[in-house]
Amino acid sequence: MDDLIADFVAECREMLESLGGEIVAWEASPDDRTRLDSIFRFVHTVKGNCGFFEFPRLEALSHAAEDALADVRAGRRQPDAALVSAVLAVIDRIGEMVASIDEGKGIPEGDDSDLIHALAHNIPEQTPAVTPAVEIGKAPATQPSATPRTIRLSVELLDRMMSGVSDMVLARNELARRLRETANDVTVDGAFERLSGIIAEMRDAITRTRMQRIENLFVALPRMVRDLSAELGKQVMIDIDGGDVELDREMIEMIRDPLTHIIRNAVDHGIEKPADRLKAGKREIGFLTVSARQSGNQILIDIIDDGKGIDGKKLVEKAIASGALEPAEAGKLSTRERLALIFEAGLSTAQEVTAISGRGVGMDVVRSNIERIGGTVEVDSHLGHGTRMTLRVPLTLTIIPALTVSIGSQHFAIPRSAIDEIVRANGQSVTLESVGGAGVATIRGRRVPEISLADVLGVPSDVPDEERTLVVLRPAGGDVYALAVDRIHDHEELVVKPAAPAVMATGLYAGTTLADDGSPILLFDPVGLAEVGGVRLEAQERSARIAEADTSARIRDDNVLLFRGLGGERRAIRLGLVDRIEEVARDQIRDTAGHTRVQLGDVILPLAGATAIGDAAKVRVFRLNDGNSEMGYAFAEVIDLMTIDHEVIAAERPGEVAGVSLIGGEPAELLDAFWLFANHLGPRALVDRPSRCRLPDDDPWMQNILRPIVEAAGYEVVGAADECEPDLVITTEGDPVEPAHEDRTIRLRAERDGADDNSIYRYDRAGLLLALKAASAGGRA
Amino acid sequence: MSQLLLIVTVAGSRVALPAEAVESVVELDTLIAVPRAAPHIAGLSALRSRVLTVIDTVTALGLGESDCSDGIREAAVVEIEGHHYALIVDAVEDVVDAQSDPTPVRAAMGEGWERVSLGMVETEQGPLLLVDIAALVDGNGTELKAA
Repeated sequence: MDDLIADFVAECREMLESLGGEIVAWEASPDDRTRLDSIFRFVHTVKGNCGFFEFPRLEALSHAAEDALADVRAGRRQPDAALVSAVLAVIDRIGEMVASIDEGKGIPEGDDSDLIHALAHNIPEQTPAVTPAVEIGKAPATQPSATPRTIRLSVELLDRMMSGVSDMVLARNELARRLRETANDVTVDGAFERLSGIIAEMRDAITRTRMQRIENLFVALPRMVRDLSAELGKQVMIDIDGGDVELDREMIEMIRDPLTHIIRNAVDHGIEKPADRLKAGKREIGFLTVSARQSGNQILIDIIDDGKGIDGKKLVEKAIASGALEPAEAGKLSTRERLALIFEAGLSTAQEVTAISGRGVGMDVVRSNIERIGGTVEVDSHLGHGTRMTLRVPLTLTIIPALTVSIGSQHFAIPRSAIDEIVRANGQSVTLESVGGAGVATIRGRRVPEISLADVLGVPSDVPDEERTLVVLRPAGGDVYALAVDRIHDHEELVVKPAAPAVMATGLYAGTTLADDGSPILLFDPVGLAEVGGVRLEAQERSARIAEADTSARIRDDNVLLFRGLGGERRAIRLGLVDRIEEVARDQIRDTAGHTRVQLGDVILPLAGATAIGDAAKVRVFRLNDGNSEMGYAFAEVIDLMTIDHEVIAAERPGEVAGVSLIGGEPAELLDAFWLFANHLGPRALVDRPSRCRLPDDDPWMQNILRPIVEAAGYEVVGAADECEPDLVITTEGDPVEPAHEDRTIRLRAERDGADDNSIYRYDRAGLLLALKAASAGGRA
Repeated sequence: MSQLLLIVTVAGSRVALPAEAVESVVELDTLIAVPRAAPHIAGLSALRSRVLTVIDTVTALGLGESDCSDGIREAAVVEIEGHHYALIVDAVEDVVDAQSDPTPVRAAMGEGWERVSLGMVETEQGPLLLVDIAALVDGNGTELKAA
């Protein structure tokens, strides 16, 4: 019996959830038969089951609703606002009762005659309380949700499966390590590879089973907005998009409250009353859009309203009044920073406190909740035109990309999402100072608090301060601080598990995981580290940003990356050119088609700087970008990020090096980016119009084999039928040559040894390319 | 009632642990320290791809500190609220039947023992103190505060 009741409760819950949107939609278009039917089905099901379970109160209620709806279905009654409200009230009460049954309390005592009365009579004096305030897409834009083929599983079971699979991954890693240590048997390796693949696949699948469509979160919104706007005397239309985006179940629960809060705010403070909207020249009905989309391993949720927007000035005034902001600082804030004040504790722009929101404990809680799960929240608003809130949250909480660092002999992991940049403490653009015993690092003109991991942890370390590496952390997208660690090791994807309470109690750690070598690693909580290290994040945030803004204008143009070339030269390249730094295997660098080229992923780029490449197994390559095209530049090591503060002495003749300057107290050669791109992108980059080469249309050898070579040499290939004048013509020996083209025709012959008539053997690649090159030089001259 | 007990030596004393709570008895080799954690957290160790939080039982009892310098230590693995702990013990002796329900110890015990005591049980090897594993894992309350 208990099982049956549990099933009944679960079924009711599910139907209630999906019904939320249907009812509001039905109210908007009462003639919509399919929606009416689904509501009718619900009360009917409840009534049927109640008889079976002996819940007389529930039965009477659902029976009354069923009768009323049956009348509507039969056309004996029109669904007016009063009826809709009554049906809503009945469904709410059924929900309460179901919840109470679920808690094992049975159905509480109570009287439902008020509701039944409201349903039964078509009361003439309609209660004016409820107006059809909400419309959902006038046309039946939203299809009634079809029931997918599903089974019900307990969440606990899913969690157990997930943790089982995580264990399996860890066990696989351990096995992999043991296999590496022992003698290799190819068959065992093969079997292990297969097992490995299967486990990876399985982990993916299990991760997906924990995924829920974000729709589960969104279905409740129309109803909520309807009730809210009715209460506030506003008219709001809500548009929901991206309900099929999938998110970890846990994550959905974590963003439920923040999302609700933001939407309440939007309806309460954002969207104006109809009269005010008309005055402002807007439509009476406010428009609220909630959309979700996936971007990489993040989910973006936008909540956009077309209300009155956020008044940045007012926020600043409030912040000053409440002491959260110094008046002197206030003037320096950018628009975005002003709007971000909304997330400060204790600020609310609402004129009066309402029951809905505006108690001043709102957006700061929203932000901290979102940041706790590794997400961020951004706000953008135009006064008078509306507000956009964007939530960014990670897909899942269980697998975290992390950087491993060490202090003394012990390894730790830092979540990669929190890392802003990594700099050497002894680098030229970094200075470490001690202000009243507190560490302050100045990194390229930006002052950030610095704490030493060794001090925070109380772990002895024999690495002197200046040889440490600073990891600049920006916990949860907010404030920055620098953490000095002994060494940086590796990027790893870690399966993180919560640590024991005694470990979590330190406030320093976010969890534990196992490294590839099977030893446990602690994952830091960057916020906790800062707290234990005594960094005051909130107070420091704005000043750090301002310092950043002030200096960036001055140094942007002169930022250079100082590096050592493969030949040991001390060189510098402007930072703006460097897209990223990649490490490639020696065999990815080849001399092809007359140029040294490097294969990066699935693109092949021309490579400069590779003159003294030697036989190093790995070569580092700058990936340079001029906005249109890319090329590589090989180098040995990055020395530091520097600024040019001395005069540049220009080189005598154009070449790879534009000039010499004192950088960091020593001369360094500054690379000439113009020359590099001009000389390594081939002729195509130099001429406005590519030279044209005519090939015979009907010669398959020419078209299939020669054509790619000609095109690679920078020619546009045209056929005989094309009108335009070719710069070069290639023919087979013996074919007639037009007199007009005599001087720019390359004739190819099929035999290796032929008459000495200026024809080229067609597989003489060098000769051919030489001729093409000569022709292109001649053609342009 | 008949309860199975695991007899171990902790801080020089023979005590009993409820055997059904103990998953296994292992030898710990590597121990990764947890800086800033309560003193009775000896560190982390890995067992079959699971992370174990290692409890220094001697410290938890407020009786000093276990000597972990020789590397290999015996430990009893228990699970509390989904987390696995390894309790460092001097030695694991035997599994015996409890011959009585735990009864309060009326003699004065040390403060640490008092805190983890579930009472005294009779066994064929004489009376033994039945230790509350959860209390042992929680460690010494005062020391936690101090940390």
